Amino acid sequence: MAYASHNLTDTIVALATPSGVGAIGVIRLSGKEAVDIVNEVFHGKDLAKQPTHTLHFGTIRDDSGRILDEVVASLFIEPKSYTGENVVEVSCHGSDYIIQEVIQLFIEKGARLAQPGEFTLRAFLNGRMDLSQAEAVADLIASSSRSSHAIAMQQMRGGFSDEIKRLRQELVDFASLIELELDFAEEDVEFANRDKLRELVAKIQSIIHSLIQSFKLGNVLKHGVNTVIAGRPNAGKSTLLNALLNEERAIVSEIAGTTRDTIEEVLNIKGVQFRIIDTAGIRDAEDTIEAMGVEKTMQKVQQSALLVYVFDVIQTQPEEVQADLAKLIHENVQVIVVANKMDLNPYTLREHYFPKSKVGSGKSEVAAPYSDFRFPTSDFAWVPISAINNMNIEYLKEKLYENVISKQLNLEGTIVANARHYEALRKAHESLERVTGGLEAGVTSDFVAMDIRAALHHLGEITGEISTDDLLGNIFSRFCIGK
Amino acid sequence: MFPDYDIIVVGAGHSGCEAAVAAANMGSRVMLATMNMNSIAQMSCNPAMGGVAKGQIVREIDALGGYSGIVTDHTMVQFRMLNRSKGPAMWSPRAQSDRMLFARKWRNMLEEHPNIDFWQEMVTGIIVKDGVVKGVRTGMGLEIKGKAVVLTNGTFLNGIIHIGEKQFGGGRAGERAAKGITEQLVELGFEAGRMKTGTPPRIDGRSLDWTAMELQPGDEEPGKFSYTDTPRLEKQLPCHIAYTSPEVHEILRIGFDRSPMFNGRIQGLGPRYCPSIEDKIDRFSDKDRHQLFVEPEGWDTCEIYVNGFSSSLPEDVQYKALRKVRGFENMKMFRPGYAIEYDFFPPTQLKTSLETQLVKNLFFAGQINGTTGYEEAGCQGLMAGINAHLAVNEEEPFILKRSEAYIGVLIDDLVNKGTKEPYRMFTSRAEYRILLRQDNADLRLTPLAQRLGIRGADERMIRVAAKQDAAHAIEKFFQEYSVEPGQVNRYLEEQGTSPINQKVKLQGILLRPQISMAGLREALPALDEFLQGYEQEFVGLAEINMKYDGYIQREQERVEKMNRLESVRLSDTFDYRQLTSLSKEAREKLSQIRPRTVGQASRISGVSPADISVLLVHMGR
Repeated sequence: MAYASHNLTDTIVALATPSGVGAIGVIRLSGKEAVDIVNEVFHGKDLAKQPTHTLHFGTIRDDSGRILDEVVASLFIEPKSYTGENVVEVSCHGSDYIIQEVIQLFIEKGARLAQPGEFTLRAFLNGRMDLSQAEAVADLIASSSRSSHAIAMQQMRGGFSDEIKRLRQELVDFASLIELELDFAEEDVEFANRDKLRELVAKIQSIIHSLIQSFKLGNVLKHGVNTVIAGRPNAGKSTLLNALLNEERAIVSEIAGTTRDTIEEVLNIKGVQFRIIDTAGIRDAEDTIEAMGVEKTMQKVQQSALLVYVFDVIQTQPEEVQADLAKLIHENVQVIVVANKMDLNPYTLREHYFPKSKVGSGKSEVAAPYSDFRFPTSDFAWVPISAINNMNIEYLKEKLYENVISKQLNLEGTIVANARHYEALRKAHESLERVTGGLEAGVTSDFVAMDIRAALHHLGEITGEISTDDLLGNIFSRFCIGK
Repeated sequence: MFPDYDIIVVGAGHSGCEAAVAAANMGSRVMLATMNMNSIAQMSCNPAMGGVAKGQIVREIDALGGYSGIVTDHTMVQFRMLNRSKGPAMWSPRAQSDRMLFARKWRNMLEEHPNIDFWQEMVTGIIVKDGVVKGVRTGMGLEIKGKAVVLTNGTFLNGIIHIGEKQFGGGRAGERAAKGITEQLVELGFEAGRMKTGTPPRIDGRSLDWTAMELQPGDEEPGKFSYTDTPRLEKQLPCHIAYTSPEVHEILRIGFDRSPMFNGRIQGLGPRYCPSIEDKIDRFSDKDRHQLFVEPEGWDTCEIYVNGFSSSLPEDVQYKALRKVRGFENMKMFRPGYAIEYDFFPPTQLKTSLETQLVKNLFFAGQINGTTGYEEAGCQGLMAGINAHLAVNEEEPFILKRSEAYIGVLIDDLVNKGTKEPYRMFTSRAEYRILLRQDNADLRLTPLAQRLGIRGADERMIRVAAKQDAAHAIEKFFQEYSVEPGQVNRYLEEQGTSPINQKVKLQGILLRPQISMAGLREALPALDEFLQGYEQEFVGLAEINMKYDGYIQREQERVEKMNRLESVRLSDTFDYRQLTSLSKEAREKLSQIRPRTVGQASRISGVSPADISVLLVHMGR
């Protein structure tokens, strides 16, 4: 049954300016609820009472009252807007972190993340484009949309679509059993086993869940993993950065406190982008410039996904390492502890510089002898290196890579990179949750069937039964028309 | 000899009768032409109306002012609400009717209508001038003039009846087939096809041992179909259930080589879901028994209908096999089952109004469109009658959406997808079945009937309004009235759900799956007292509205999303062949089906989402 999902009535939100560091970021919302949604979190004038084409200063606060940012909201009331719908543009400070938080808040209040090109699509559908533009669009659609589904499918790696197809088929089979029960109540029909259904739903949900996770990873892969190198002054952070990058990027000296600002570099490990940020050392700073640097370090650590904490294996006591880590670690960060200057350690053997596997082979080393070193009192294993001698650097890179990939990805090699697929998976997951909920609550099978059908529909959006508006959206996301 | 009619209806089966009444009730002058006035509104097959999905359709016909529900209420011998253990959307009324009373009541109601005239003769052709139908021509060469014609020929067009190796022309047992119309329509450019259906034997109830069968009584509190003031059933006749056995199957199998089904003599496509008994044992050979429903044909006849034993095997094989069924040992047969092949016209040649695309003001309804079932036929007749009247008066056609009625689903499916086998309604064909319930057909459709000006709709709306007001008042009571733990905890615990420990609004308690309105009513005298003033039907509606609110809301949201494309109108005269950016198949299908809206276009098989995008662009959207 092909019932199309036409979600053109939703209010959509997206960052309108390029992502990355800029002075300001503009978040755009479009749809009937756009003004109301912003109004709910905007503290300043009542936006619902303001005329179109006006600007308003205020703060965005979350439900607990915490101020996320000071912003300027621009109002465009329908039909006098780019999309022809109510549009609000919220100008924030250009930090990715803040922007993500604010967008998240809008989503919580009822907006949906716009699909690429959806603003333009709406402008088009609402007659905000003239006929000649429309004609051009028609030709583009004709020439390219027929293959767009194939392209979308190619975007997915590792048999993802086959898996979804198979699961969907299993669900279809089950749904038909339930339909049979409903439509042929009078006849001797076999009843669909509820326990089996529950099992199947749980199985599908867990697979969908890993796929959803993989999308988050996919995003990370696209935009880079924020990685901070932090540690006490002169622990060798900049030397490590240079070793990782294989170049003299940071100014290195033996004077503690050489790095006063943060330095950002991009490192590519097996295709994963790491945005590595070298920071000023953590200590009670003696001059003001350095103090600012330290504060910035703490900030950077807060915003990072991966923290490489470096300590001097000769100078630093285990308790100090523990204390630093306690200060730096936050909820969403993965931590790698690195013991630097192993070359100065009298117990380090020569093979540790050149593990056997590497001798004569010319290949990069992978296995390292000290990888499982642990302080007796610490939860962290640490990686022994000597940045200055390039000892164990390849191993550290391996560690970085593993931290990002292996912890998040269960399904072999499958990464969902397409936002439309992500959305479909999320909705399918939601519907399946309702199926489980319905089964738990003991609602009758017609209602359970309703949610199964919804799940099938969403999975179908991935396997090929794509509906019109999604496809049209797809096209507009590929071709920048009328902008 | 004849005045000029507004509408001529050819055929007086379930479809033709509803068509005549609908047009007449809108004010048209109607001629109802039938080959045999003694078989008006015959139940050619099962003496029953309704069933899963079909019962909902009968309620919809009634809500729109059709007579099928009223006639059934007056003539039924048993009523059951099927699927009671499922959710309210699945509840499906079904009634056994007295076959002869049913036909007589229909004829009475038609005869009472001043706008309906009758003519008994075979119609052999239609009169067409400049692409517009002008009337019909009869076997005696008479011409009857009419501004619109509704063809409801059922299984009569070139009908051939098969019983074993015997075959003879006929539209129904004992009645001859109709000739001429198919040939003329094909000449006009219509595509015709062939379908097959079947019916079981009728037997002598006096010869059966009822004690050897399971009893299937009617509901203790029988319901009814019509929302109007029809009588309630006082006493009922039971049905019985019997079973086939391996011995029965063995005998049937011996006859297979003489079966027209298996030796290829029948060309037409038969339904998969209502298979003949030979089909069942052939396809499901692992099953060693099949259910037979032994149904009475009326109050004062011993004739029995053996539901589940449809067959075209030779009569002696049917006879011998049936006698092996427990309770049938001394069975006497009135007539054997048979298969019938007939012409149909693939319904993709129709508009959603049921008007043909080729000939203006010519409408098709019922089995001629490839459907099966009285209910499916009746509702098409009703819609064709309404639309014929509107066409004659040059008004916009009346189209029901898929989200409004099963009738909308049925016609939309037929017109856009066609059908490869006799089309029967199932609840699973409807996307929005939570909304399309038998209890709310009046709320969904009677306001539309009123807007159309169908006779009687004004009076019906009084009750619809009362029902809606009552439901609101009851819902309000549940939102406002709080109960103390002491009032309900015993009942809650009895139902296996957790007790409350502080005052709670009644609505919150009703939302629990284990809790019903009836149970709450028993536990709470105050509630019972409040509800005293309301009809059970009204209380039921309020209960459904509250209990399933979340599901209903979500379904409604989906409908709203869907309706966006449904409201984008496509022109009837647009030349799709010009649009080279459409795929070749889409150009052909769109030119052939001529959808009314982009929503409809999106459901046509062979029209891809990309094609829809192109259409949207060209509509200047």
